[in-house]
Amino acid sequence: MFVIDCPYCGEREQSEFKAGGEAHIVRPKQPTELSDDQWAEYLFMRKNIKGIQFERWVHIHGCRKWFNVVRDTSNDVIKAVYKMGEKPPTN
Amino acid sequence: MTKNLRVKTSKFIDETYKISFKFNGTTYYGYKGDTLASALLANDIHLVGRSFKYHRPRGIMTAGSEEPNAIVQLHSNSARTEPNVRATELEIYEGLEASSQNCWPSVNFDIGGINNFLSPLLPAGFYYKTFMWPASFWEKYEYFIRKSAGLGKSPTKPDPDIYEHKYIHCDVLVVGAGISGILAAKTAAKNGFKTLLVDEKSYLGGSTIYQNSEKYRINNQNSSSWLEKEINEIKKLKNLEIKTRTSVAAFHGYNFLLARESLTDHIPLNQRKNKTRQRLLKIRAKKVLMATGSLERPLIFDNNDRPGILLSSAIEKYANLFGVACGEKNVIFTNNDSGYETASSLFQKGIDVQAIIDNRENIDSKLIKEAEKNNIKIYKGYTVVNTFGYKRINKISVMQLSKDGQKVVGSKISIACDCLGISGGWTPAVHLFTQSGGKLKFRDEDQVFIPDKYPSDQISIGSCNGEFTLDEILSSLPNKLKEFLNITKTDYENLEVQSSYNKSKRNIWLLPSDKIFGKTKSFIDYQNDATARDIKLALREGFRSIEHVKRYTTTGMGTDQGKLGNMHALGIISETANTKMGEIGTTTFRPPYTPLTFGTIVGRNVGEYFDIFRKTPIHEWHVKNKAEFENVGQWKRAWFYPKDGEKMHDAVQRESKAARDSAGILDASTLGKIDIQGTDASEFLNRVYTNAWSKLAIGKCRYGLMLNEDGMVYDDGVTTRLDENHYIMTTTTGGAATVLGKLEDYLQTEWPELDVYLTSVTDHYATVSVCGPNSKKIVSQVIPDLDFSDDNFPHMSFKNAKIGKIKCRIMRISFTGEQSYEINVQANYGKSVWEKCMEIGKEFNITPYGTETMHLLRAEKGFIIVGQDTDATMTPIDLQMDWIVSKKKYDFIGKRSLYRSDTIKEDRKQLVGLLTENPDEVLEEGAQIVADIRKSPIEMLGHVTSSYYSPNLKKSIALGVVRGGKNMMGQKLIIPMENKQINVTVADPVFLDKENKRLNA
Repeated sequence: MFVIDCPYCGEREQSEFKAGGEAHIVRPKQPTELSDDQWAEYLFMRKNIKGIQFERWVHIHGCRKWFNVVRDTSNDVIKAVYKMGEKPPTN
Repeated sequence: MTKNLRVKTSKFIDETYKISFKFNGTTYYGYKGDTLASALLANDIHLVGRSFKYHRPRGIMTAGSEEPNAIVQLHSNSARTEPNVRATELEIYEGLEASSQNCWPSVNFDIGGINNFLSPLLPAGFYYKTFMWPASFWEKYEYFIRKSAGLGKSPTKPDPDIYEHKYIHCDVLVVGAGISGILAAKTAAKNGFKTLLVDEKSYLGGSTIYQNSEKYRINNQNSSSWLEKEINEIKKLKNLEIKTRTSVAAFHGYNFLLARESLTDHIPLNQRKNKTRQRLLKIRAKKVLMATGSLERPLIFDNNDRPGILLSSAIEKYANLFGVACGEKNVIFTNNDSGYETASSLFQKGIDVQAIIDNRENIDSKLIKEAEKNNIKIYKGYTVVNTFGYKRINKISVMQLSKDGQKVVGSKISIACDCLGISGGWTPAVHLFTQSGGKLKFRDEDQVFIPDKYPSDQISIGSCNGEFTLDEILSSLPNKLKEFLNITKTDYENLEVQSSYNKSKRNIWLLPSDKIFGKTKSFIDYQNDATARDIKLALREGFRSIEHVKRYTTTGMGTDQGKLGNMHALGIISETANTKMGEIGTTTFRPPYTPLTFGTIVGRNVGEYFDIFRKTPIHEWHVKNKAEFENVGQWKRAWFYPKDGEKMHDAVQRESKAARDSAGILDASTLGKIDIQGTDASEFLNRVYTNAWSKLAIGKCRYGLMLNEDGMVYDDGVTTRLDENHYIMTTTTGGAATVLGKLEDYLQTEWPELDVYLTSVTDHYATVSVCGPNSKKIVSQVIPDLDFSDDNFPHMSFKNAKIGKIKCRIMRISFTGEQSYEINVQANYGKSVWEKCMEIGKEFNITPYGTETMHLLRAEKGFIIVGQDTDATMTPIDLQMDWIVSKKKYDFIGKRSLYRSDTIKEDRKQLVGLLTENPDEVLEEGAQIVADIRKSPIEMLGHVTSSYYSPNLKKSIALGVVRGGKNMMGQKLIIPMENKQINVTVADPVFLDKENKRLNA
């Protein structure tokens, strides 16, 4: 069970959080302009990386805020957390 | 006739405290401090069980949690019965009753023993191969296989004991209280770390505390007295918590460990009442020091599993710690110096040692010299080739090993004995370390896996790190602790340690025999009856991965999880397949390290505490009026109110009729309620619902349908505009939390620019819904100040009002098709408002109705229930609800998905009404719908989603989803049931009052 450093509350047990899938997938501003394939790309296609992955989490049993997590899926080490709207760390 | 094999007094055994216990129905005596195993051995009992597959007689093999054979059932047939308890761990208490497992009718005469003679027919994979054909017979085979599978019997009565869970946060956790663990815990605690020290045993000090301490000296004292002083000191440390009888079951990522603390398992049953039996500790440690020690390896030779054959270290422990001799004529068989330590301890206690068989040839050490001096016959360069005695070993035969150790040479020598100690060297207990994600490396010189890469802030110290002698451990410990704890000094710099142990070892994974290999039974995994032959068979049949060999042969499965047999399986694979041990790796050692009871895992979450449930503020009234309840999410909802012994059907028919003929009342408090405020509230609703919201006037209500981004219906409910920037949304009862979560997600991540605030107010309001043709008369008496005329208060509108001093919000909305008013009041007034409605409604026969009637009434009107008539594959178009999907809005959640190539297909499953040919026949919900039953395979068109007998229409009605159903109006379809077919006609899903006349009647 991870310890996640919520950017608003600090370190908490994983059981207080809920995972929300891959991060930085922006909902298209004009969905009607998209072809079926483009829409499907947004709707269904997700990466499943062994290694560094950017993902969304929400402190569901805490402050209820969404934020981003950089996690190495091979060993579950969390490399960074940052708020929604912030740029992902480059290193 | 049993003997007494208690030898010299041991300070760990209290001989003034005699304890009686029963084993297989016979009463025996032991002393306080005994385990069941030591007490049985003191009574000269070795045979305690039968092996799993071949039902071979098996005895006590070890003196710890790695025990594969001596597994017993406690208190058979009582509520406290427990299977698979290791006799080597169980401390005896007055009244203990234990019995053997896996044998019938008794451990001495076991019919399953026939399997032993059939064993040539039962090799690895026997079940896979034999019962594959003919495939249709599997069900018959399975019955018999299942009967013979499994070890003990699980309890059938409720567990009378109390269990609990506890969280512990500490700076340093030390696992294992042997000498390394004690010194590490003391160092950590003295340097200001909040430290927790746990050990599975009842005493501290590990093996050092009872070992033959004249052999080991620390600073010129014998090692056990030196360690005893350290133990007395750590007991006084404030920063240190010590928990004995606490077994770490699992080591997860981020230094999260689960441990079982056993509190009452060692005290008499009659003293356990109202005490917590076991605690599941959930430990989060900043740093973890693993000091889990090592396990002695057996040796693999023909018939190495007879009762009376024990690990050499176990014999030493029984002699030194419990003062028990395991036999009167002992032989030690070893490939390293450990066997001589045992011999020396036995000699000191006056226990006879007949001989020592040593695989090593040209070898000398202080320990060997001592054995020679004690006139013990030593066979150097020899091996045991066979053992004799069915229920207890009585003889062994030994032969000389060839130079390469692959063959035996010379003539066979027989040695009589009643106990054989075996030592194949030591295996670090790295199970927990690998559970945490740690990677091992193989050390060639002594053929052991040791920790290599640590995945978290932890280290392994002592023999679990491959340091097997006291001088090795104590010379490296100070620097390791300094580095790990980032401190400058320990109390243990430059200790003077004397040890007489010679580290040489002659490792032969599978010892040769004079018999042909196919005739030998050399057990590798005692618990699962896996032999060396099984491993080789698996290799011959092409298995190479250790994980596959494990599954095929069952080596290292069960409670063993690679404790005893694993290394030899690897060794034999390595030799046979000519692969390096390090490349093969080990199997995955899974948690729990030792088995946990279900009681410990569930803790206090049993009975009514199994899951939380929510009650409405009106719940008490429903209970008092004999409602039956159903679970909706976590809510207990009134289901129906049986009157005078009514069955459910009759109650529902009565309630449904009353609601349409006069008046009904429903507790709707469980509906999800979300308060929405902010200048962009209207825009937000526009984006989350399929219909338009901007033009909804203040004081008006509107039904909304919410989709997922994939276009599928997610939730529905009525939302009311309370003010310019203020709405209250209702959701389905079960969907309240997830809808709020989803809306928050969009708000925070996709549309942070919107000025909108969401608050869950589900629990803040109680909702009383009064419906029926007389509802208006009732509510206008309940709230006399409000003008209920249709002009002032039309359908789909809302009013603020007061009942006396109680503020309330009244929505005129309907889920039944009847005129209907929902009165929302602050939760704690809910019951009084309900009672007031009941009292005033009496003259109109106001009838409380539950969820079942609610479902029936809405089905008459063709209103859907999200989650019953829909699953995650229904679009609003599929539901024939095109009217609610705005064509004008540029975007809303799920809009784009409504015209994907898949969602616009004509032959999707669509919601339709179904009418049965026989109006009295009620369909089964979930029944399949087909058009043609002659064609094979029969094409499934859909299924029935809702079905009732309508007392108002006097016929059976149903909703269902049917492929292409929209264009099938009037068509005949078939519902095939087990014994009959039911003919149905596709109909409009609105069965009653399509013109909505009743809403304003």
